[in-house]
Amino acid sequence: MAAGGAGVMRTILADGSGLPGLDRVPIWFNDPQNWWGPDGLLVRIREHLLYTAIIVIIAVLIGLPIGLLIGHTGRGVFAVVGLANGLRAVPTLGLVILLVVWLSPKIHSTAEVPGLIGRGALPYFLPVVIGLIVLALPPILTNSYAGVQNVDPAVRDAARGMGMTGWEVIRKVEFPCALPLIMSGIRSATLQVIATVTVAAFVPFLGGLGAFIRDGVAEANDPQFGYPAMFSAGIVVAVLAVLTDGVLGLLQRLVVSPGVSGRISTRPARRNKFSMEAQLADV
Amino acid sequence: MNDVWQYFVDHRDEIQSWTWTTVWLAALPLIIGLAIALPTGWVASRYRWSYPPIVSGAGLLYTIPSIVLFVLLPGLIGTKILDPVNVAIALTVYTIALLVRVVADALSSVSAETMSAAAAMGYTSLQRLLKVQLPIAVPIIGAGLRVAAVSNVSLVSVASIIGVSQLGQLFIQGQTTNSIPPTVLGLILFVLLALIFDSVILIAMRLLTPWRRAAPA
Repeated sequence: MAAGGAGVMRTILADGSGLPGLDRVPIWFNDPQNWWGPDGLLVRIREHLLYTAIIVIIAVLIGLPIGLLIGHTGRGVFAVVGLANGLRAVPTLGLVILLVVWLSPKIHSTAEVPGLIGRGALPYFLPVVIGLIVLALPPILTNSYAGVQNVDPAVRDAARGMGMTGWEVIRKVEFPCALPLIMSGIRSATLQVIATVTVAAFVPFLGGLGAFIRDGVAEANDPQFGYPAMFSAGIVVAVLAVLTDGVLGLLQRLVVSPGVSGRISTRPARRNKFSMEAQLADV
Repeated sequence: MNDVWQYFVDHRDEIQSWTWTTVWLAALPLIIGLAIALPTGWVASRYRWSYPPIVSGAGLLYTIPSIVLFVLLPGLIGTKILDPVNVAIALTVYTIALLVRVVADALSSVSAETMSAAAAMGYTSLQRLLKVQLPIAVPIIGAGLRVAAVSNVSLVSVASIIGVSQLGQLFIQGQTTNSIPPTVLGLILFVLLALIFDSVILIAMRLLTPWRRAAPA
């Protein structure tokens, strides 16, 4: 298939444009059918964002409590953080395909969720969700743990001295102080999921923006729906990633206590001092 | 497990050539990326005004999904869509994006006292950079490099979606033939490769920082 694809691309390159149908990209974007149609961008964007939200929310529900707990107790750090870092090495595409080949035939539920999971799609939806949760967990888990570890021990002692129970220390002191790091973990997990959830389209019944890339590869010889569709979908995924990160950045400003974020902004001041001294040293 | 081994034996030649492609697709961007990130990070740490634009620009590059870069690059630079060069360039971009901030912060983290001491001993700023700042920054830069290496190896597999042949092809074969052995073999090989990359960098870091072993704990 790969060799055939290369041959096809060469014929497209020979049409004088020099690029595989790149000039068609604006035309593709201008076609209302590609936006509003039953397989259009809006439908795919909605699927893409829904999958991402479900995966990230489940990953936060799993990773955040575990991270807070091992950060608070200091127990299981080696095992959990080591495992989380090991998970980073697992290629998501391979994991998703393994789960589809191995797990899907064992799920016999035909349950459906209107507007999200069609009839018969659940056995394929679960492997994708599980595979991507594995992708999203490490940054959330390690950042929550590191956030709690970074809390000034004096602050924790003060909270204890005020008579707080262990649970209160986590909820009222460690969690708020760790929130900037936790949020940055969630942001990087979300970015990775938005990028990688494109693999969902390579699983039966599922969509998302990866569908354009799947169809684009399959119809690479079609200058209308081949490369231009892939290129356009690529741009849309990139824009979604940047916009989502921006929204989460705003959310971070809202939820992080100004006292905590204010303390972080004292770091550049130290940098100033350093570069001043460095300049003085140069003289 | 026997099936996995059998599959490996049956497809040995193919897998061997895919392994080499995967190795250079992951390694080359790491080396080029580091070579570009070092001077860029140095500029960001040396000239304070350049730090925010350089670091946030690198951060923005990192938000571009890998599959998107694999798809966009042929259109932007005129390569063929199946050309492995696209993958190498995309991964180089990620390596730079990840390392620039690390290098800048690592170089800045050298204490002012150390810098002054080096200056007092008559080091020029270039000597000080190469003989004092850079060696002290090795552990931090190395840690960043390890993250980049592991993520590069795993990102190479994504390229099989558009058909660039490397080890990720095993996943596509597992999917099209609906069989477990090639998929499991692929997962094992990718994790092994990531481990090897990680160990190589770890060893290189230890060799570059002999004083860390000499110092009493």
